[in-house]
Amino acid sequence: MITVKGLTRSYGDFRAVDEISFTINEGEITGLLGPNGAGKTTTLRMLSGYLKPDSGSILYDGVNAAEDPIGIKKITGYLPESAPLYGDMMVFDYLCYIAELRAIDNAPDRIREIASLCRIREVMHKNISELSKGYKQRVGIAHAMIHDPAVLILDEPTSGLDPVEIIEIRNLIKELGKKKTVILSTHILPEVEATCSKVIIINRGRIVADDATSKLQSSAGRDRSIIIRVSGTGYEGLESMLRSVQGVDHVAAIDDSELASAIVTVSGDTDARADIFHAVCSKGWVLYEMKQEHTSLENIFRELTTGGENEQI
Amino acid sequence: MSRYNEIFAVMKRDLRSFFNNPIAYIVITVFLSVTGFYFFMFFFYNNQAEMRGLFDLLPLLFFLFIPAVTMKLFSEERQTGSLEILLTLPVSTRDVVIGKFLAGLVFSMIMVSPTLIYLLTVILNGSPDYGPVIGGYAGVIFLAGAYTALGLLASSVTRNQIIALITGWVICFFFWGIDWVARFVPAKLNFIAMLGTDYHFKSIARGIVDTRDIIYFVSVIAIALILTIKIVEERR
Repeated sequence: MITVKGLTRSYGDFRAVDEISFTINEGEITGLLGPNGAGKTTTLRMLSGYLKPDSGSILYDGVNAAEDPIGIKKITGYLPESAPLYGDMMVFDYLCYIAELRAIDNAPDRIREIASLCRIREVMHKNISELSKGYKQRVGIAHAMIHDPAVLILDEPTSGLDPVEIIEIRNLIKELGKKKTVILSTHILPEVEATCSKVIIINRGRIVADDATSKLQSSAGRDRSIIIRVSGTGYEGLESMLRSVQGVDHVAAIDDSELASAIVTVSGDTDARADIFHAVCSKGWVLYEMKQEHTSLENIFRELTTGGENEQI
Repeated sequence: MSRYNEIFAVMKRDLRSFFNNPIAYIVITVFLSVTGFYFFMFFFYNNQAEMRGLFDLLPLLFFLFIPAVTMKLFSEERQTGSLEILLTLPVSTRDVVIGKFLAGLVFSMIMVSPTLIYLLTVILNGSPDYGPVIGGYAGVIFLAGAYTALGLLASSVTRNQIIALITGWVICFFFWGIDWVARFVPAKLNFIAMLGTDYHFKSIARGIVDTRDIIYFVSVIAIALILTIKIVEERR
């Protein structure tokens, strides 16, 4: 377990990270989420031991990172943003070099093992500078995993990748997260929803939310909206019917040239869909579409990080 | 024991990286062309079986070339961000700095080693006095060590290789050029020549081993490396 208490780091007058505290449980994938410049990278750099905090402490299983920096580096694997690996080395040579510095026994076997886990066997004899971004990122993850660390720290592991590569890297991280503690940072929300079991949202160097991803989602999901399209009536008829359904808060029209369409906001825990369906049937209309949308993490994220201004994007 | 492995691993990587880059071959080619021309001109004009032509020129060439060799050692790693990886591996900053210093020094030695052919020429054509030859090569190692350490220090302060090169020249210029300054100051102040590398190099190259000269070079190297370690630890 990693316990962070009152961590602060400034660059000159600018407080990049301002007294943040959190804990990270073993065997979980934790996402550090925030807009660019929120202090994610600085936080991860302190966790990895690259930066020294101005104040505050980081405890790895009760051991203070400041007291045993080399020991902490032995149990963590860190991949900085955009995987700055030595471009003039071949993948195999690079992994050998890292294995040498990490004093790994039986390095060739371990490299073979990690290469098949990260699926980089086909590029082992290519120069790192010639690799695509997706492969480079995988080599980076392989380099961070080579000593089988307990904690894996990944800074923006999917930034700059194409959609296929993003999915592959996410799957790899999920696979690794089954056995290891993974901390990753991102400014992309769906990433957290897709990979992380826990999310810490930070903004301007402070934590604004820290909870399990599912909990944050359900607290956001209390307000739901339903999009509905029917034929056999005009918008007015639809609206008056919807207003009679229990739990419906607000009804608004959607532009549609052919069908009567509305968006309905439902409050509380009631699921209004069954009632709406029966009401449509009893009137003899035809239901073309009914779709419920959760207010996703995106809204919370936007609210928390913009200070409540609800800008439409 | 394991510490030496880490120093050795860092040294090996940086040394290999020198030779992955065409700049290394250009530097070596230019270095050998200039020394070869100068040495043989001196050799044939004077008709003397000695290496002085080479050893007179080396301080100037080291001052010019070694900062160009060392400029990438830290600057490039800062520029690409790979320094972040290197410093989050379980390796101490001291071992990283020593490894990189040795890489630069070994590269300089590889650059100088073909000049042993000049020595062979001298031996085949006459009977040289071996004192100055051995002293000269010992001096070359110390001199290259001092400039490599100073060049490494310059490389550690910036992410820009050109700035590292120019900073390296400025620092090395002080140590190389103070000998010239000493010629223009009143006799009482002549001792400032002792601050420079030339004074000590010439003394060793005469074939006289004086502990003061060795202490001087070892001190310059140690101070430059300690400063480099401090800078790498503080500037992140």
